[in-house]
Amino acid sequence: MQCSSVAAMLGAYLDGELRPDQAVDLQEHLRSCTHCSSEIAEMARQQRSLRGARGHFVPSAEFRRKVQQQISRPRRRSWLLWSAPIGIAFATVLLAAVVWVGHGRRVAAFAELADLHVNALSSTNLVDVVSTDRHTVKPWFQGKIPFSFNLPEFNGTDYTLVGGRMVYFHQQPGAQLIVSMHQHKISVLIFQGTVDLGPSFSASAILDQGTSFGIEAWKSRQLRFVLVSDADPTGIDNLARLLKQVNE
Amino acid sequence: MDPEFFEMLAMPLFDQLFNLAHWLTGDRADAEDLVQETYAKALKGFRSFEEGTNLRAWMFRILRNTFLTSRTGLKVQNTVLIEDETDGVDLAAHNITPESLLLQLEDSQSVMNALAELPVPYREMILLSDMEELSYKEIAEVLAVPIGTVMSRLSRGRKMLREALRAGAPRRSTHAM
Repeated sequence: MQCSSVAAMLGAYLDGELRPDQAVDLQEHLRSCTHCSSEIAEMARQQRSLRGARGHFVPSAEFRRKVQQQISRPRRRSWLLWSAPIGIAFATVLLAAVVWVGHGRRVAAFAELADLHVNALSSTNLVDVVSTDRHTVKPWFQGKIPFSFNLPEFNGTDYTLVGGRMVYFHQQPGAQLIVSMHQHKISVLIFQGTVDLGPSFSASAILDQGTSFGIEAWKSRQLRFVLVSDADPTGIDNLARLLKQVNE
Repeated sequence: MDPEFFEMLAMPLFDQLFNLAHWLTGDRADAEDLVQETYAKALKGFRSFEEGTNLRAWMFRILRNTFLTSRTGLKVQNTVLIEDETDGVDLAAHNITPESLLLQLEDSQSVMNALAELPVPYREMILLSDMEELSYKEIAEVLAVPIGTVMSRLSRGRKMLREALRAGAPRRSTHAM
C-alpha cells in the first residue's frame, strides 16, 4: 500500500466507514508507516477536540417552552392559539367600525342641529312668532307641524321664552323655540319621534366636544327634543329637566 | 406518522438542533428562528415521515434546507464553493512542531473559533460528522449529495481546519509572550 493512496482513506478509516477488507489493509500499512500513523493520530486528536462543539450552544428554557407550546397537540391548541387573538382582533375592529360609523352619523346629525341653532341666531328675524308667552307660542305652531308639545312655565326661572319658528330637519317639519338664559340663547328643537338622529340619539345627555355648542337630546313619548346652546351644560340640563317634566 | 407522536419524538432533539442551528447561523436569534421554523415544517410534514427511518437525519435535513433559504443561508450559497473533487492542498508543509499543534487542539476555544470560521459547506460537514457523528450515508441524505462528495468535502474541511489551527498556533504563542 502506498502512502498516497492511504491518505484518502484515513478519514473514512477514522469514521469507521471502510469496508472490513480495506480496514485490515490499512491497519497493516499503519503498523509499518510512521508518517501515516502520526497523521492519523493527529486527525483523531482533532476529531476528539471537535466533540466540544456538541452542546456548545444551549437553548434557553424560555425558547424551548415556546417551541414546545407551538408543536404540542397540533390541531386543537394551535387552533385556539390562533383563533383567540384573531377573534379578539376581529371583534375589536368590528366594534371600532360600529362605534365609528355611529359616532360619525351622530356627529353629522348634531352638526346639522347646531347649524339650525346658528341659522336662527344669525337670521334677521330670530323668530317667526315673537312672544314670551307660552300660551301664544304653542298655538302658533298648530297646523304648521303634525304634532303638539307642552311648554313649561318660565316665570321664576333663569329662562325667558323669546319666540318660535318652523324648521326642517331631514325633510321633517319641527318647532324651534328660542329661549334665552342671561346672554345666551338656547334652541329647543322638537321633532316627531320618527326623525332619525343616529343610533345613539336615545342617550339622554351628550355634550358634543366637536363643536363649541352643548347639545342635549332625548326622546319623550312620540317627540324628540334637542337642545343646542353655547350656554353652560348645567343651564342646558336644567332647561331640559323643565321640558321633560311637562312632556312626560 | 401520526402528528400525535411528533412532540414526543422530536423534542428530545431540541438541544442538538439548536446547537447545530447556532453553529450554522453564528447567531442566537437567527438560530432560534431557524429551529422554530424547522419544528413548524417538521410538524406539518410529519405524516410523510416514515416510521423506522432516522428522525434525527430527517430533522437535520429540514433544518439545513431551511437554513439555505434563510437570509444568512442565501449569502452562503452565493459564495463560491471550491471544487469538491480535487484534494489539491498538500499539507506537507510541516514548518510547525507537532507539539504546538497539539497545544492548539487541546485549547478547545481555538478549535471552536477555527470551526466557526470555516466556510459553511465545510463547516456543516464537520458538524454532521465529527460533532453529530452521523454516518456518511446519513450525511449524504441530510445534504442530498452523493457519498463520494461527503468523503471529499469532509476530508477537505478537516484539512482546512487543521491548517487554520496551524496558522493560529505560532501567532497565538507570540501574542502570549
